[in-house]
Amino acid sequence: MRIRVDADRCQGHNRCYALAPELFEVDDYGLSCATNDGQVPVALEDKARLAIDNCPEFAISQIADDQPPATS
Amino acid sequence: MDENKNPVKDWASDYDIFDDEYVNDPLPIWNELRSGCPIAHSTRWGGSWLATRYEDVQAMVRMVPALSNKAPVVVPPPAEMRAEIKAYGVDSPPITSDPPEQITYRRLILPFFAPKAVAAHREFTRTLCHQLIDGFIENGHCDAAADYAQQLPPQVIAHLLGIDRSRCAEFVEWVRGTLELGLTQPQVRVDNRRKIREFFAELVSARRIAPSDDLISKLLEADIEGQPITDQGVIGICNLLLVAGIDTTWNSIGSALWHLAGHREHRRRLVAEPELLPTAIEELLRFYSPVTMARKVTEPVSIGDVTFQPGDRVLLSFPAANHDPTVFERADEVVLDRQRNRHIAFGVGIHRCAGSNLARMEMEVALQCWLERIPEFELSDPSAVTWVGGQVRGPRSIPVRFSTL
Repeated sequence: MRIRVDADRCQGHNRCYALAPELFEVDDYGLSCATNDGQVPVALEDKARLAIDNCPEFAISQIADDQPPATS
Repeated sequence: MDENKNPVKDWASDYDIFDDEYVNDPLPIWNELRSGCPIAHSTRWGGSWLATRYEDVQAMVRMVPALSNKAPVVVPPPAEMRAEIKAYGVDSPPITSDPPEQITYRRLILPFFAPKAVAAHREFTRTLCHQLIDGFIENGHCDAAADYAQQLPPQVIAHLLGIDRSRCAEFVEWVRGTLELGLTQPQVRVDNRRKIREFFAELVSARRIAPSDDLISKLLEADIEGQPITDQGVIGICNLLLVAGIDTTWNSIGSALWHLAGHREHRRRLVAEPELLPTAIEELLRFYSPVTMARKVTEPVSIGDVTFQPGDRVLLSFPAANHDPTVFERADEVVLDRQRNRHIAFGVGIHRCAGSNLARMEMEVALQCWLERIPEFELSDPSAVTWVGGQVRGPRSIPVRFSTL
């Protein structure tokens, strides 16, 4: 499983970081990006789905394994 | 003001967000509005529109600057306050501003509230929670709102601002005077706002002369578009931290404790599965979202069949949106392990609550400490529980009893 945070949509809610801190990094403004180039270890796939399903800005998505990790 | 006192006959055309029915049990009203009109209108309290559908609220927060944040309070300020705001030139940025000014001020304050910055206050908050619990645990009863939830945010904010905790009782009085009581009593609002301004004017002057390592001193070093920040700018930010950071958070903590006091199976599950707490907190934030925000219309803009005109006030009910059954399965049930939960308790879009990480940390620590020390508790007198509402909704009194171990 591979995920991506759309930097244009993210408003720094940090919901992903609160629910799955292993999978996201946030900067000083709360803006999030996926760690490890978006690759999700199998054991954390449920947490990745939880993060996707909890983003109020619809900024996190699952992507194909060969897709670039971020838009900007 | 007499028109504000008539009983509500039709919520779609004459709602009153201060009405007891709306404050005590808003779910049926929101369900009626969402499936009916769905944008309600009222001439009460200065007149406003009320959005209750998730999709509408999500769309409206993005209508910037047609729906401007220059007036985010749900009741327009009295004339005396309008004159004062005009004289200051800045009000309480970034919440009272639109881009580009909003972006500058927001970038200035966000780093103080990022997850890492907030984590540094966790230990202080934990110690505070234990001290409060120490104060009543032997009694076997307490008011979970007045003795616990309401004590935490003022002290955390005082700690952040480098202010002695002896001032917290005044903070509580001023904040309640500004929103809870002040929105329906204009003179109370004017007086308490003035007290907040005067308090911070004095404090900001003192920190200009003798800086410390607190938030105010750090803000005073900032530049706004190449110019040193003005004292008024810092006073405005402090006003925001106080008014937006205190009763919002205590209401979320209080609502969560009220819920757990009345739901044994949820209480026991959280004690047995503490790892569920982050997910459960998001669900409690969704279900008991305290805050409704306003926007001021600056150009004609439409949602569905309704067109807002310049000068209109629009209320965005984040709480109603968070109960929208087209978005949330079993929307009117608390599901502690809810998977899909894109709730907007902290707002959404560019004005997402800047202090949301601080609020979430306070809520998490407050519930953790409480459940560790008082895993079993219940309402001692359900009829004595009181709720307040309007801009910020939550319980003011929650008498609970528990067995001391």
